[in-house]
Amino acid sequence: MTAETVIGAVPAKAEFRTCQYTGLKVDVAAQKLIIANAVAAVVFLAIGGLMGLLVALTRWPAVHLLPADWFYLILTGHGANVLLFWIIFFEIAVLYFASAVLLNSRLAAPKLGWLAFVLMIVGALATNVAVLQGDSSVMFTSYPPMKAQPHFYLGLILFAVGALIGCILFFATLVIAKEEGTYEGSIPLVTFGALTAAIIAIFTIASGAIILIPTWLWSLGFISDIDPLMYKVVWWGMGHSSQQINVSAHVSLWYLTAALLVGAKPLSEKVSRVAFFMYILFLQLASAHHLLAEPGMDASWKIVNTSYMMYLAVMGSMVHGLTVPGAIEAAQRRNGFNRGMFEWLRKAPWGHPAFSGMFLSLVFFGFIGGISGVVLGTEQLNVLMHNTIYVPGHFHGTVVAGTTLAFMGATYIVLPLIFQREIVWPKLAKIQPYVFGIGAAGISLFMMGAGTLGVARRHWDMTFSDASLGFAHSAGAFLMMGLNGVFAVLAAIGGIIFVLVVVGTALFGQKITSGHKLTFPLFSGGGAIASHYGSEKSPKLPGTIVLVSIFFVCFVLYYFINWKYLSELWLFR
Amino acid sequence: MAVTPPERRIWWNEPIERVELVWIVIAFLWGLFMFVFMIAWHFIGQQNLSKEAYRIQPSAYEAKVDEFAKKNQVREEAGIPVVKAKPGGDVYLLGRLWQWWPILELEKGQSYRIHLSSIDWQHGFSLQPTNINIQVHPGLEHVISLTPTQSGEFGIVCNEFCGIGHHTMTGKIYVTEPKKAEAEQRLAEGDKR
Repeated sequence: MTAETVIGAVPAKAEFRTCQYTGLKVDVAAQKLIIANAVAAVVFLAIGGLMGLLVALTRWPAVHLLPADWFYLILTGHGANVLLFWIIFFEIAVLYFASAVLLNSRLAAPKLGWLAFVLMIVGALATNVAVLQGDSSVMFTSYPPMKAQPHFYLGLILFAVGALIGCILFFATLVIAKEEGTYEGSIPLVTFGALTAAIIAIFTIASGAIILIPTWLWSLGFISDIDPLMYKVVWWGMGHSSQQINVSAHVSLWYLTAALLVGAKPLSEKVSRVAFFMYILFLQLASAHHLLAEPGMDASWKIVNTSYMMYLAVMGSMVHGLTVPGAIEAAQRRNGFNRGMFEWLRKAPWGHPAFSGMFLSLVFFGFIGGISGVVLGTEQLNVLMHNTIYVPGHFHGTVVAGTTLAFMGATYIVLPLIFQREIVWPKLAKIQPYVFGIGAAGISLFMMGAGTLGVARRHWDMTFSDASLGFAHSAGAFLMMGLNGVFAVLAAIGGIIFVLVVVGTALFGQKITSGHKLTFPLFSGGGAIASHYGSEKSPKLPGTIVLVSIFFVCFVLYYFINWKYLSELWLFR
Repeated sequence: MAVTPPERRIWWNEPIERVELVWIVIAFLWGLFMFVFMIAWHFIGQQNLSKEAYRIQPSAYEAKVDEFAKKNQVREEAGIPVVKAKPGGDVYLLGRLWQWWPILELEKGQSYRIHLSSIDWQHGFSLQPTNINIQVHPGLEHVISLTPTQSGEFGIVCNEFCGIGHHTMTGKIYVTEPKKAEAEQRLAEGDKR
């Protein structure tokens, strides 16, 4: 069976250019789709990010910006725009890049790619219209029996169908590349990671269809009742699993950035690939994370699912947490930065926004998002934090300081290589990952702090001034929410710089011609390394061992501190 | 590099680096420990969420709570009955738009069977500043054996978004000091168990 028979009548002709920096053959049709999806992603990041700032300014007790109805409306829009639209548009761009570009292949059925793009745009707009009309402030999770307008759900369904088509094109491109022999041996690690993401995406979209289509019919009046507990089980099969798409995608981008900027090779192909494979096997169980405080769930079901089957998927992430910095250390030592334990890290290209974005993403994702995620997802500990603002604290650590920062970093590679434009305002670009990263890490930590002190998430007024029975949060809780506001402003500044640099570069950046020297260069030995790739030969990694040890100690300490908190609660069984 | 195919076609036969292997073993054992510790806490811990729950019509639950409040009301506060339950007995709490009803009065060191349900949308039972957080569903009656270990005035906040009045949804639990010394003893026994 040839590729043509698999994907139907698709013209095998494609127009290619050769990248002067990487030597990769780039399908022009794929390039256009990558640009379109990346631009759409940034537009939704700008909208959703602005909404996020408004949310944070409202939750800052001293500012308390929006009235209650607007707060809940904007919060609903914030979730949909950044968590779904920004991230998935960008991921579709990553999928096209990791298949067509990295494999020197043509993209399967670019016209279907445009259909997918249009569906996703129409879906995203429909949901945004529903939210802005004001009668669909049901939060991103839209738990029944709370009901939104039909086009709120329909928009999400259309968006998911578009994303599904994008994933199918990714798989079809893999088939074409294999069929046409555009690469030798196995697919590169980055493409393997993207494949992981696409497989999880299929599971995610299927879960979304199973729950959103009936919910849409319910909102139209064709179905009388949606069981709220069943809804949660299935909805989070989409809601949480889609975060595992992000993890797979941004870990792939960590490897990509390390390869292109310091010439890093995986320490061991086998270990890194098995770690990705763990995600496919176990990460979908995460739906249980949202059902730990629910009535009627059996403990054994909760324990097996919430731990991703004995934490095997967590092990996957911990492995990447070693192999990514380890690969960088090995490469940097080979590049001559061999002095002491940390010269390799000090002399890393910190002035290159793709590297700083990638490395900060790695650190924040592990230390903030990762550790808090395991603690939050521990069966009994969940009762300490369920639905408090600790939960958004955790996922801003994963999705903002982790995924979004990694995507921003990767954008600084995509702009010159795919948009073929020189980055405008390089000085601003250089500081952008730091400003955004520190802001995002701050909001994560302070929301976690406030949640530990009991502040509720999705809540307009922590002073309870309109409530008939008052309750006073501690001064510490107010301080945490204030600091959260301050760091949200910092993150917003970083986000605005990012959008300005991307838009400025796309519109006014100098066109890159043959022989152009990049402001933010790739690893100079790129060509030589590419001809001699493969696993590292028995590297010495003292710096990485220290970093990983610090991480492990933090993890263990924080884990037990929370058990201590739990043991001081009232008794319940 | 990670952007090019593996150098050796048969990459899966390459040996694993020692440092990677050690870390994999540590990560695996730590995961195993965390997994076993959740199970262990069911035996050594005093904080495990009950799975006892029943399907119930919201109107039927509302009637049960009304009856409970009428029978056990001791006073009124802000127009809401304050209800003192018998130690060891059933206590009913109702979540609705937008209040936790009624106000409860419990005794420190006594165990109560707390029933939780909603009659409209989902709500989040969040006991503060103790910080116990439990999801409340309409149509499901969740029964939890709860023993207060502190006395004083506690707030119940709603932490599941439930519409425009969500931030006004509060409730209250009073916990009084035990009248008899034997209650202390029971608590001590409970600790040992």
